[in-house]
Amino acid sequence: MHRRLALAAAAALCGTLVLSACSSDGGSGDSAKAASGPVKLTFWSWAPNMDKVAEIWNKAHPDIQVSVLKQAGGDDLVTKTITAAKAGNAPDLLQAEYQALPTLVSNDVLADIAKQAGSAKSQFADGVWKQVTLGSDAVYAIPEDTAPLAFYYRQDLFEQYGLKVPTTWDEFAAAARTLKQKAPEKSLTTFSANDPGLFAGLAQQAGAKWWTTSGESWKVAIDDPATKKVADFWSGLVKDGSVDNQPMYTPAWSKALNDGTQIGWVSAVWAPGVLTSSAPDTKGKWAMAPLPQWESGASVTGSWGGSATGVTTGAVKSGHAEAAAKFATWLNTDPEALAGLVQQVNVYPAATSAQTGSLLSAAPEFFANQPDFYARAAEIAKGTAPAAWGPNVNVAYSAFKDAFGKAAQDKGDFGPALSTMQQSTVEDLKKNGFQVG
Amino acid sequence: MSTTTAPAPRRTAPALPRKGSAPAPRRTAWTPTLLLLLGAVYCLVPVVWVVTAATKSRQELFTTFTYAPGSGFWDNLTELSSYRGGVYWQWMANSALYAGAGALLSAAVSGVTGYALAKYRFRGRSAVFNVLLAGVLMPPITLAVPQYLLMSKAGLADSYWSVLLPSILSPYGIYLSRIYAEAAIPDEVVEAARVDGAREWRLFRSVALPMMVPGLVTVFLFQFVAIWNNFLLPYIMLGDDHKFPVTVGLYSLLQQGANEPALYTLVITGALLSILPLIALFLGMQRYWRVDLLSGAVKS
Repeated sequence: MHRRLALAAAAALCGTLVLSACSSDGGSGDSAKAASGPVKLTFWSWAPNMDKVAEIWNKAHPDIQVSVLKQAGGDDLVTKTITAAKAGNAPDLLQAEYQALPTLVSNDVLADIAKQAGSAKSQFADGVWKQVTLGSDAVYAIPEDTAPLAFYYRQDLFEQYGLKVPTTWDEFAAAARTLKQKAPEKSLTTFSANDPGLFAGLAQQAGAKWWTTSGESWKVAIDDPATKKVADFWSGLVKDGSVDNQPMYTPAWSKALNDGTQIGWVSAVWAPGVLTSSAPDTKGKWAMAPLPQWESGASVTGSWGGSATGVTTGAVKSGHAEAAAKFATWLNTDPEALAGLVQQVNVYPAATSAQTGSLLSAAPEFFANQPDFYARAAEIAKGTAPAAWGPNVNVAYSAFKDAFGKAAQDKGDFGPALSTMQQSTVEDLKKNGFQVG
Repeated sequence: MSTTTAPAPRRTAPALPRKGSAPAPRRTAWTPTLLLLLGAVYCLVPVVWVVTAATKSRQELFTTFTYAPGSGFWDNLTELSSYRGGVYWQWMANSALYAGAGALLSAAVSGVTGYALAKYRFRGRSAVFNVLLAGVLMPPITLAVPQYLLMSKAGLADSYWSVLLPSILSPYGIYLSRIYAEAAIPDEVVEAARVDGAREWRLFRSVALPMMVPGLVTVFLFQFVAIWNNFLLPYIMLGDDHKFPVTVGLYSLLQQGANEPALYTLVITGALLSILPLIALFLGMQRYWRVDLLSGAVKS
């Protein structure tokens, strides 16, 4: 209830804020740097134990002290941050999900730190780095964690029903149907209309580019052929009941995973954490495989989530940009910091060196049966398709939840729902004064 | 928890017993009884759920029968208490401060204002009252963002004051106090006190205030519950998680990003603990509602 109210307020707020986005003046540069005492930086992050990693930094850098203020993550935080920035109270540093970056940049929340941190580029995969530059020469954040998609399945039940681990989406559909024939009460997975992030990731894998710019105008292609292909694929499976149509992250869903009613899950590299709490009885029974492909032999994947550390325009105004950018770079590239991120904060690091290094040599406890879990994950991550986010991802996402939610419930066609999503997104962009080509 | 009835002054005369006619046999009205029972079940089921779910361990939460109690209550409690150095209890203390001090100040302000509006005739009185009425109709949610911008202009954003100050002025509390003062304090009593030589402050303090206690208790309780349950205002105002009230704090346990499993068991246990003070408060303060000074003050 509270959350819905917060979102409603958020939506109303966004409308007014985007309009006035261009009115605030540019930063006054780093000239106003405080003369004495250590620089004190604030860092909004939702990740647990981030304060412990900041502690490592604080010990080594007495002149720059970072205090972590733990926030509730999610879409609401984007709104809260924009509001705070408008009032001049934004923190110096900010954890933000990749899809929120364009929104934050267009609201003048994030500063360009290409000058201070551009050299970090070599530490990250190209597709990941593109998400923080928004395709320009600027750098708006340093990648923190990534979340490449993979296919998780119950090894024991796949064996029991004689299913082959699908390598293509055709095989995936065949496996779903075979399972239904052999065990009608079980499902391979569910299509969740509650999780637009997953759908966006699947569309990325198929080659969709939802938001692109040409010159000064935005182009929205949510109903492009690639996305249509993905929508039609799932619509077909939902329609004939081959996969379930219930949303994810509900108690019923957790129960279905735990008692083996659902025997597979298309998810990201962070899935072990969720399975640990949602399906505790299935420990050691799951395995990870690469995401099924559209073309046999390919190795492309999308991502679901992931975040970056940005420096705010507020930090620039108070002369802290240099210090803040230093911390953001350290946090996401320094071996000691990365060790902290992996071991304490439990993220899958974006820095390529950390993905393959000794930090992630041991598999997650829940996947002890797959000792090379992280080696495989790093292999999968290499094929991550670049994402193309725009300034109103939140609008597209809520349109997805409404339109696809209804279509999934009625087991109807997803085509019209996709058009609705496209339309609402374009209309909202226009309403907020963006040029749409 | 906000389903209290406003205390109406008891004016109903006892039914006069009639001679001769035997009392009709009492019939149970089944339809209303059933409806009320349904309503009670509807209200109580979530409470029962919270209580049983809080006793379940992480393993049991999604796997055992929904209303069967589990075995993990004590573990949940200790885990919640030790989470990030006991930050949960800090949140509870913050909530108690926001709600306790906010409701107390709000009741005081409402009492004085309501009394003034009810018992004094001055220019602009109805204008003030009409503005207040408009304030009653305005949902506090819509005010949260403007209040944030205002607080931040005053340099108070992200401070205890930023949550406390907006909670003090409650249009509904003032409205209620005015209505209550009008009904509960007879003009004759006020005049009698004046004749006896009481100054205005003394009059309010020693004569009017005791008569208004049941009304003020209601205002206090309403406001306490409203602040305790408030989410959006502290969510927007506060950036420092050590100043969070329990509502915002628990929300941050749910939204930890995808890497970390949501701490359902901790949140549910935390939610259960967070309603205990409200229940205790209601049970404890109920008796004040029975105090009815009106009955003996004047003959009406």
